[in-house]
Amino acid sequence: MDLPHQGYRATKSRARAAPPPAGSVLFEDTSSTAPAMNSQGYYTPGYDMQGASSDMQGGPGAGNMFADPMANAAMMYGSSLANQGKDIVNKEISRFMSVNKLKYFFAVDTRYVLKKLLIIMFPYTHQDWEVRYHRDTPLPPRQDVNAPDLYIPTMAFITYILLAGMALGIQKRFSPEVLGLCASTALVWIIIEVLVLLLSLYLLTVHSDLSTFDLMAYSGYKYVGIIFTVLCGLLFGSDGYFVALAWSSCALMFFIVRSLKMKILTSISSDTMGMASSAKPQLRLYITVATAVFQPIIIYWLTSHLVR
Amino acid sequence: MAFTLYSLIQAAILCVNAVAVLHEERFLSKIGWASDQSVGGFGDEPGVKVQMMNLIRSVRTVMRVPLIAVNSVCIVLLLLFG
Repeated sequence: MDLPHQGYRATKSRARAAPPPAGSVLFEDTSSTAPAMNSQGYYTPGYDMQGASSDMQGGPGAGNMFADPMANAAMMYGSSLANQGKDIVNKEISRFMSVNKLKYFFAVDTRYVLKKLLIIMFPYTHQDWEVRYHRDTPLPPRQDVNAPDLYIPTMAFITYILLAGMALGIQKRFSPEVLGLCASTALVWIIIEVLVLLLSLYLLTVHSDLSTFDLMAYSGYKYVGIIFTVLCGLLFGSDGYFVALAWSSCALMFFIVRSLKMKILTSISSDTMGMASSAKPQLRLYITVATAVFQPIIIYWLTSHLVR
Repeated sequence: MAFTLYSLIQAAILCVNAVAVLHEERFLSKIGWASDQSVGGFGDEPGVKVQMMNLIRSVRTVMRVPLIAVNSVCIVLLLLFG
């Protein structure tokens, strides 16, 4: 029983190592037969044929990709299953969030990333904070430096986790579980902040065009400040940490207030004819300022245990 | 304060349960937060209180049946795995 099994394995490994220039022709051969037959019906005659054919084509395999047709059929079936699975996954994901909207946030280029990082760390000289529109749709981040994106927050989040691992390793407190704990803590804080912002925007009926992804982007920009703070803390000790914390807190607060002011405070409300109660602009201002004040608190919370 | 995703899910379930047990007649009417007591200003901006009342009513309506399932699953898991 061992010998035909070893022969099958040897042919399979030899076939996998061979480059497939001639294999493409033979893929078409099996693909013309495999979907035509029922897959279950193909397996039993294929199995009988394999016992006979592997004895006959022992040597060079007659130029086939796989010497036995059953492996060919199995591979075609597997690839069609994989395609079906991919279609199903795409359909299910597009039910929950539109992939096109997500693609808008990742349409960045190097120039935009550099300018945005400079604005996050030094926002005091930036003059024009308006998000530019093009026939009612906001411009993608490639063409408008004020547009929020999700590339910088994602990369900054991952860099923060790696930096946290490194900082804990320097203090000899590292273990692989700590990385996961750090990641999930930071993720939970993002989720909490986005939910609280969404709730407060709903309660005060602010009809702005801030979607969930926009809020995720704005709350993810603080990770750039966190990375800068942790780096300074690692390089220059505790004094450097506090100086960098103060700098990035001020910069982030300014950035958030200026960015959200455009979207929240000047959004069109349903009663525009001078009947706006005096509570409304105040409450919206409170939201903006509270968001801004929350940033340094969370920066301190997430980084103080890394820099001693 | 080390969070895990599981503790976030627990907190969310507890909060939604707390909102779902607020009874219309016995409690919300007594403090004037019932949904039929808000004469809507048509075209005006609803205030914070009206929005909150709408939110409570919609959470109670929508999450009643899923909460039964989620709570049962939670109870079984806590009994099995402590």
